Amino acid sequence: MGRERLERYSLTGPENQAAVQAGLAGGDWFRSAVPRKRMKELMRRSDYPAVRDTVIWIGLILLSAGLGITFWTVWHSWWAVPFFLAYGLLYGSTSDSRWHESGHGTAFKTRWLDESLYQLASFMIMRDPTTWRWSHARHHTDTLVVGRDPEIAVMRPARLARLLANLIGLVDVPMAFWLMFRHAAGRLTGDEADYVPEPERRKVYRTARIHLAIYAVTIGLAIGLRSWLPVVLIGGPRLYGACLFYFYGFTQHAGLGENVLDHRLNTRTVKMCRINRFLYWNMNYHVEHHMFPMVPYYRLPELHEEISRDCAPVYSSLWAAYKEIIPAILHQLRDQEYYVRRELPPGAAPFHEPTPINDGRALPLRTVTAA
Amino acid sequence: MPRWIAACEADDIDPEDVIPFEHDGNDYAIYRSPDDVYYATDGHCTHEMTLLCDGLVMDGIIECPKHNGRFDYTSGKALGAPVLADIRTYPTKVIDGSVYIEIG
Repeated sequence: MGRERLERYSLTGPENQAAVQAGLAGGDWFRSAVPRKRMKELMRRSDYPAVRDTVIWIGLILLSAGLGITFWTVWHSWWAVPFFLAYGLLYGSTSDSRWHESGHGTAFKTRWLDESLYQLASFMIMRDPTTWRWSHARHHTDTLVVGRDPEIAVMRPARLARLLANLIGLVDVPMAFWLMFRHAAGRLTGDEADYVPEPERRKVYRTARIHLAIYAVTIGLAIGLRSWLPVVLIGGPRLYGACLFYFYGFTQHAGLGENVLDHRLNTRTVKMCRINRFLYWNMNYHVEHHMFPMVPYYRLPELHEEISRDCAPVYSSLWAAYKEIIPAILHQLRDQEYYVRRELPPGAAPFHEPTPINDGRALPLRTVTAA
Repeated sequence: MPRWIAACEADDIDPEDVIPFEHDGNDYAIYRSPDDVYYATDGHCTHEMTLLCDGLVMDGIIECPKHNGRFDYTSGKALGAPVLADIRTYPTKVIDGSVYIEIG
């Protein structure tokens, strides 16, 4: 099962071509009708919200690090632990949403601010900024299309042990270093070669060498100082502070339809409290983001109001989302055709299902294309 | 053979905005800058052929609505990943309140 599953989701496997032949690759996705004038208002950029939020975010990171270092080195106190945990979560989890928004180029109006935050957050979350920019573009082109989308977090059946181990980065971090060494040696993986154009590849190799050099200095410092502190501050948070990253991230698509051309069938919008929305930079409005990626995170609540008539009811909380996600993932362990299909409210535009295969089950693609 | 085609009325486009124009099965995007200069490009992004007329026009740039690829719409220059290929531009002129583009 393991090898067969990986082959199905691989971008170099047979499902890629099957998806192309089925018209799912680069497909025509549903979008709610929003008047152009209103959409222009929603797309409009401003530096202020993201500058404010980034100053607070970096301030919290520096504050928690400073207090952790002080309690540890000056008073040798266990009170350092909660501050390092806070630091770890801010570094190892919330950098994902900063990476995401700045990668789209929508967080700031000023381009270099987006690019600077993108480079910083990419380092923190241990992603190569170039390969992941292209990977994420593909994720938006072919969201949850099997064999095309490189960012499907929960396969069918789910790799449960891997998902659980990753709550403390035990798979993704070694994988990130393996990729860094591979890139530093001037090589991409087969999947990466499928979506990273040739002219962009030099940047991948150069960045990997820079990131590896930073980690080498960090480890050298730790050895020289005979202290874990450098590793606790750089790199380590991607392990001990990663849980929130996955906890938020699984709400986006897990258990929903594959091989569809309507984000209302494969993406969730989940209500979150103000603190979680700050930490996640409104990525909980995920249906809205996928339907209109141009809208900056601070306008997504307004976009949500604009298109809610077309969408299934939002999940009222993270708890409500996980009450659906966990049983769905467990169900898919024994029935890979199972998926959560949401009900649209009366009057909503119907689901966009141009051919009978796009119903979310995803399995019969090869049979259909062979017929 | 190049020829001038009437694409739209000048007032059809808001300042700092874009509208689509289709001619002979080809899609074009017609832009109006904040200082009322008109520009025209191919209608589709060079990355994945998304129609640019739904994108954001800001500071002389058109941003693709699908992957946020950016072009300078005055020159057609691609401004970075995920767009790597420049977009074709077309000369424009305004006569008696109508916007013409030169194609061919």
